[in-house]
Amino acid sequence: MTAHLAIADLVKHFGGVVATDHVTLDFPPGSLTAVIGPNGAGKSTLFNLITGRIRPDGGRVLLDGTDIAGWSETAIVARGIGRAFQIASLFPSFTVAESLAAAILAHRRQTHRMLARFPLAAARGRADEVMHLVGLDAHADRLAQHLSHGDQKLLDIALALALDPGVLLLDEPTAGMGRDERWQIIETVHRLWSARRMTMIFIEHDMDIVFKIAQSVRVLKFGRVLAEGTPAEIRDNDEVIAAYLGTRYAKAAP
Amino acid sequence: MRATSREALLALLACAVTLLLAAALGSKPLIDTLMRLAIFGLYAVSLNILVGYTGLVSFGHAMFFGFGAYAFGLLMQTGMTSLPAAALASLALSAVLALVVGALCIRLADIYFSFLTLAFQMLLHAVILSWVGLTGGDQGLQGGIPRPRFLGINLADPWQVFVVTMVAFFASLLAIRTILQSPFGYALRMVRDNAPRAAALGLPVQRYKLAAFVIAGLFGALAGILMALYVSGAYPNFAFWTLSGEGMFMIMLGGIGVFLGPVLGAAIFLLLNDTVTRFTEYNGMVMGVVLLVVVLGLRQGLLDVVMARLRPR
Ligand SMILES: Nc1ncnc2c1ncn2[C@@H]1O[C@H](COP(=O)(O)OP(=O)(O)OP(=O)(O)O)[C@@H](O)[C@H]1O
Ligand SMILES: [Mg+2]
Repeated sequence: MTAHLAIADLVKHFGGVVATDHVTLDFPPGSLTAVIGPNGAGKSTLFNLITGRIRPDGGRVLLDGTDIAGWSETAIVARGIGRAFQIASLFPSFTVAESLAAAILAHRRQTHRMLARFPLAAARGRADEVMHLVGLDAHADRLAQHLSHGDQKLLDIALALALDPGVLLLDEPTAGMGRDERWQIIETVHRLWSARRMTMIFIEHDMDIVFKIAQSVRVLKFGRVLAEGTPAEIRDNDEVIAAYLGTRYAKAAP
Repeated sequence: MRATSREALLALLACAVTLLLAAALGSKPLIDTLMRLAIFGLYAVSLNILVGYTGLVSFGHAMFFGFGAYAFGLLMQTGMTSLPAAALASLALSAVLALVVGALCIRLADIYFSFLTLAFQMLLHAVILSWVGLTGGDQGLQGGIPRPRFLGINLADPWQVFVVTMVAFFASLLAIRTILQSPFGYALRMVRDNAPRAAALGLPVQRYKLAAFVIAGLFGALAGILMALYVSGAYPNFAFWTLSGEGMFMIMLGGIGVFLGPVLGAAIFLLLNDTVTRFTEYNGMVMGVVLLVVVLGLRQGLLDVVMARLRPR
């Protein structure tokens, strides 16, 4: 099977820091992959490179075989890559419904229309759908800035989802949440993936979550790929245990 | 659609009431006050497209007011015979100016954007002052602006200038309101709230900033054209930095978060300006104190405060 998204020999320097060091990774269509690694390993940078937020110094990003490295964010979004952020990145003065409608209009290239009234009926309908999918219906008319932390993370994911992306990148969807809230959001994320089977890649620090839902895992450290494999393989990988996991997740677990 | 036609009706009504009132009272001071309110109100609303809706704090908006006024006056003085054609031509020229200046400014972030707009305005002001042969230098455009009849309208008649100004004012408010409530207007708010997120959703952020800059420049120039018609001339202070500052004063005072906030701000500004100068020459100081009280005391413009009270939490 050819990869939906493939990264080949990707390099990114920030001054003296090598944030991405000749990274090569494949993500098959419809796969659910976790990216793990210590702080500063270059996980978020990898997402920034894939989505065109920053330009790579070298290497390729292949989406369905097309090299999109160096393309603008706008062009890459149009190709079907959506993302949510480590720290929820929202439009504070927009309501939940407005945020989603605006995202949909931006993606459909309808935002140049100056005489129509926002939101167009079609965008509103799709916004309702997405709100329902992630369970934000009850908050439709609340301002993004007034949502709880968990709902802000959910709205951030919903914004990406509104674009109906073929590849969905989630940067620490559970960052900053309590245990219960974490599992709630992960259930939602897993349900979305099961229903749509988009190619989903998520960055996560909670290993219980990673080992529970990921089909496969990529481990980054110092900008390099340290290991890749199934959750079971990663759990038993001595290098990964030494570098990141510690002994807590080693074979002892059933 | 329904909300849009309601607003159109409202604008029409407001325009009709204003004209009837002025006609009934026939008071020259009232008409003068309304003229200035319409001109500076439109100017402030146009600036707020940038500041309040797009999050672009321009310090040089008066460049378009001044440019519009001079372009119109010069076109009429140098042989254009159709007044509406000269107005349209000066709007087109202003759009080109906004496109060029905007393309250079929007690349810069925050304070650098603000100061580059200010720099361009000072450049224009310097050109007006020094190109005496064309602009009359610090004396302004000499000899009045010819105002030949068109379509049975005679703009040498002050009452007709008043009617045209009011119609232009309310029509412009309606047009700007429509633009700001459209998908385009919400794209501007996305840029204001969180430009990087807007880009991650596929919005070409720079293009929208530039479009906002051109639209704001167009309506700022229209205000300048109306001013040139009103005073039958154009003066360097139309393009001076103080007018940019006063625009900022008006929108801060009235409220940047409410569509008509800048009009209220312009009204208060003109009122203060007229009454205070009658009693003291330190009007700058009085205005400064008023702005301090509003900004520090309320931390919002007046209409912002009112709307926040009215809105359910
Ligand atoms: N825009 C930037 N400018 C300079 N350095 C950067 C930039 N972005 C990331 N870095 C550096 O690149 C390295 C990788 O950062 P990155 O944010 O990708 O790590 P991460 O794996 O996401 O970490 P975390 O788990 O803490 O989120 C770090 O050393 C970071 O300081
Ligand atoms: Mg990160």
